[in-house]
Amino acid sequence: MSSADTETEGVTTDAAREAAVAEFAEALGDVCLETHVFPGVDCWIRVATDGWLQAAQVARHELNYRYIDFVSVIDWMPSPYGRDMDTEQDRDPNAVADVEAMQHGVTGGDTRMQAIGRVHSLITNIGVNIKCDIPDDTLTLDSWISVFGGVNWHEREAYEMFGVAFTGHPGLRHLYLPGDFEGNPMRKDFPLLARRVKPWPGIVDVEPMPDTGDDGGGES
Amino acid sequence: MISTFAYELSYWQQTVLRVVGGLVAVLLPAGSFVYLYLFKMMSFMQSRLGPMEAGPYGSLQLLAEVGKFAQKEDLIPERADRMVFKLAPYVVLVSTFLMVIVLPAGPDMLMSNFDVGIYLALAVSSISVIGILMAGWSSANKYSLLGSLRATGQLIAYELPLVLAVVGVVIQAETLNLQGIVFAQAEGDIFGWGGIGNPFIFTQFIGFALFMVAIQAELTQPPFDMPVAESELVTGYLTEYSGMRFLMFFIGEFATAGVFSAMAAVLFLGGWYVPGIDPNSDWFNLLGPAVLFGKMMLVSFFIFWFRISYPRLREDQLQRLAWKVLIPIALVNIVATAVLKVVF
Amino acid sequence: MDPTQSQQLAYIAGQAADARVNVELETDEGMVLNLGPQHPATHGTLRIVAKLDGELVIKAEPIMGYMHRGYEKLTEVRTYPQVTALINRIDWLGNFANEVPFILAAERLMDVEAPPRAQHIRTILFELSRISNIALFLGDMAVQLGAVTPVFLAFRDREHVLNQIEAVTGGRFHPNFDRIGGIKDDLPAGWIEETHAVMVKMRKFCDEIEDLVLGNEIFQARTRGIGVIPADVGLEYGLSGANIRASGVDWDLRRDNPVGLAWDKVDWKVWTHPDGDSFARYWVRLQETREATKIVDQLLDTMPAGPIMAKVPRIIKVPAGEAYIATENPLGEMGYYLVSQGELTPFRVKIRSASFSNMSIAPWVLQGTYVPDVVTILASLYFILGDIDR
Repeated sequence: MSSADTETEGVTTDAAREAAVAEFAEALGDVCLETHVFPGVDCWIRVATDGWLQAAQVARHELNYRYIDFVSVIDWMPSPYGRDMDTEQDRDPNAVADVEAMQHGVTGGDTRMQAIGRVHSLITNIGVNIKCDIPDDTLTLDSWISVFGGVNWHEREAYEMFGVAFTGHPGLRHLYLPGDFEGNPMRKDFPLLARRVKPWPGIVDVEPMPDTGDDGGGES
Repeated sequence: MISTFAYELSYWQQTVLRVVGGLVAVLLPAGSFVYLYLFKMMSFMQSRLGPMEAGPYGSLQLLAEVGKFAQKEDLIPERADRMVFKLAPYVVLVSTFLMVIVLPAGPDMLMSNFDVGIYLALAVSSISVIGILMAGWSSANKYSLLGSLRATGQLIAYELPLVLAVVGVVIQAETLNLQGIVFAQAEGDIFGWGGIGNPFIFTQFIGFALFMVAIQAELTQPPFDMPVAESELVTGYLTEYSGMRFLMFFIGEFATAGVFSAMAAVLFLGGWYVPGIDPNSDWFNLLGPAVLFGKMMLVSFFIFWFRISYPRLREDQLQRLAWKVLIPIALVNIVATAVLKVVF
Repeated sequence: MDPTQSQQLAYIAGQAADARVNVELETDEGMVLNLGPQHPATHGTLRIVAKLDGELVIKAEPIMGYMHRGYEKLTEVRTYPQVTALINRIDWLGNFANEVPFILAAERLMDVEAPPRAQHIRTILFELSRISNIALFLGDMAVQLGAVTPVFLAFRDREHVLNQIEAVTGGRFHPNFDRIGGIKDDLPAGWIEETHAVMVKMRKFCDEIEDLVLGNEIFQARTRGIGVIPADVGLEYGLSGANIRASGVDWDLRRDNPVGLAWDKVDWKVWTHPDGDSFARYWVRLQETREATKIVDQLLDTMPAGPIMAKVPRIIKVPAGEAYIATENPLGEMGYYLVSQGELTPFRVKIRSASFSNMSIAPWVLQGTYVPDVVTILASLYFILGDIDR
């Protein structure tokens, strides 16, 4: 079993995950800025931007997190196109949403884009999410490819979807989209093109069932 | 030809009969194999029914297929070598027709009583390699090229087991003449008992097995269908062919299967001979073709059964099988046959 | 790997990706073969640009994106029930299994637990999806190698499983049955006995395939020693599922990562194979299918009674938070990293699909193999294009 929850006075603690993040914090020292544990579910650490590659090396070579789950980017900017399924912007492209404050996730952060990589240990069966701020002006980060060969495609996808460049990657080019595609689709300020092409009709009421009362009716 | 019925046919009448006979000998096996084995037997082995719509139990499907191919657009790729591309199917068909010349269907039912019949048949069967190479090379398509190069290597490699397997039969029959081989089986005896003659399959069972494996490879059927490996090369050297040209290749493939099976029947199973009737009688001129047809269907049943069941061998494994396994066995078979022929 | 060769091929691949037609480009050494988007060997629209020396692959580069549907962007404007309908279609053969990790992640954030009967039925449907998915693989890999018959047997027997899934959920391929807090409907009457009978048929099918395909000498000659992936390389590339178990790593998320479904309530075994070649991958998946039938049998016998849906509000708003839940899907490890900011729609969903990582090892493993082996290795890695491209 991977996580042993213990309840003490209504507060659950997760010993295994606490130990995992403590190990990381100890091995990384100053580079590790924040940690967070969601008992029974998951755990996070956030590292400084120049400690991104070091975190991977520590994870793989020292702490035996040999399995790479994924590497991706989260764009924390609130969408100017609204978040609901049924927003003004879908009907009227010129409408402007109320600008909301940018909220970051569980381990905080300062920049708009945050990288997240997840590594997994087969010995303790714990996976740790490693987050890192990506500087807004340069939008570059070190590549993990010297540590985990498998992040090749993950980083290419992050590059094309968010515009984040990874230094040290052997061939950073588009993965899914054609070579001349302009823009980075997963950014929040890139509109969902399907809604621009055909306006969303809004929540359509479900049609009521045909009336079986008067016309022919076998079943009631 | 049919002169013993006291009815002399003039030369042009004989020629017409020969032409019709040749066409029938090529098209009838092709048609029956495609319907019976490809459509129905393969379907039943795969727990499905096969074509059922066209005609009762799908029997007119062949007609529909021919009609479909005939009405298709004649496509030639832009960068293809036009003349070579057009000529390739006919080269393959020519080799099939040439092999039919020496195949005996009765004591007098043969096109020409060649003294080196089997030698001619095996030599002529290699012409199809040229046709396949022409098809792949002229198609201006890398898949076709890969397919035809594989085919060339494979077909040339498997010529040798084919020929060597036949040598054992020739030693036993003491003649290269196919009609002579049939008579040797008809009039021979097994340790003195002449009841069923001496079909060479009993003594030449190794040769028979080698022959069957070699014709499976010569026909590029699974497990030797690297040249036409559907999951890798689309259709190999046939990829760019459509419509009637593809139909030519298709007919050629099945007709060649028929002719090779008939050859196996002649060499190993006694050809048109059925025990009980004097081999020289005239009834065999009518019965012989039917008997040969039946034996041919029996042999080709195994060809198609293997086709349906086995995955395909990789090209280098295939070559290794031919050169390192089949040829040594064939040589041992020849030596053993020669020794035993002298002893007995 | 020669960097200039690698750059050259990257350039070609980039050009090929831009070209809208199957253009083949010549270079000085070696022939470039384009196993293009329309090809019988690739499970969908995958394109592999291979540089060949005769029949030897010097370098191979997959190009994908022909089926990219933009799932992660779409989920940002869909409510949670709508996302469920959407993510069915990622791995379209292991239908129910796609919904489960996402629903579980949302349930964790909402602090809702589905009742035991719902967890049980979820597990049964999960395993049925696994059986139907892998049964197709068992026939499909045979047909990639040239044996045309087993695939018909696979499709025939798979129908029984799909009928069972349809009887419960109403959909053969896209059930859309899981809900936050439980499942949509209860089991129909007589379903349990029918499913027991279907499991017997599937075990017979597994035995048949073991005899017909695994025992075949030509199949063994084609797959033994082909595409060997050592365990540490596999882990480094994120290989999961049967692929990594065939390299000897004893790791199965059903046992090692309990998420609340009913796998810990039944007795089953994790199958591994030390070789790491294509034969091992086929063998492990065959054993897993048989094991899945046994799991389903045990689960059917121990089905608890009770409600199938926990108390959840009608309009679902998941509280703010982040969670990653992964399950052992038929293709490998599939996980959803769910970021929620307390709205009706998720803020960001990162879909970690198994085939994406499984395929990323292709350039490494296809080097130095023959063209026929390319087909064998790709077939044995078993990817689904919808899973790679999302």
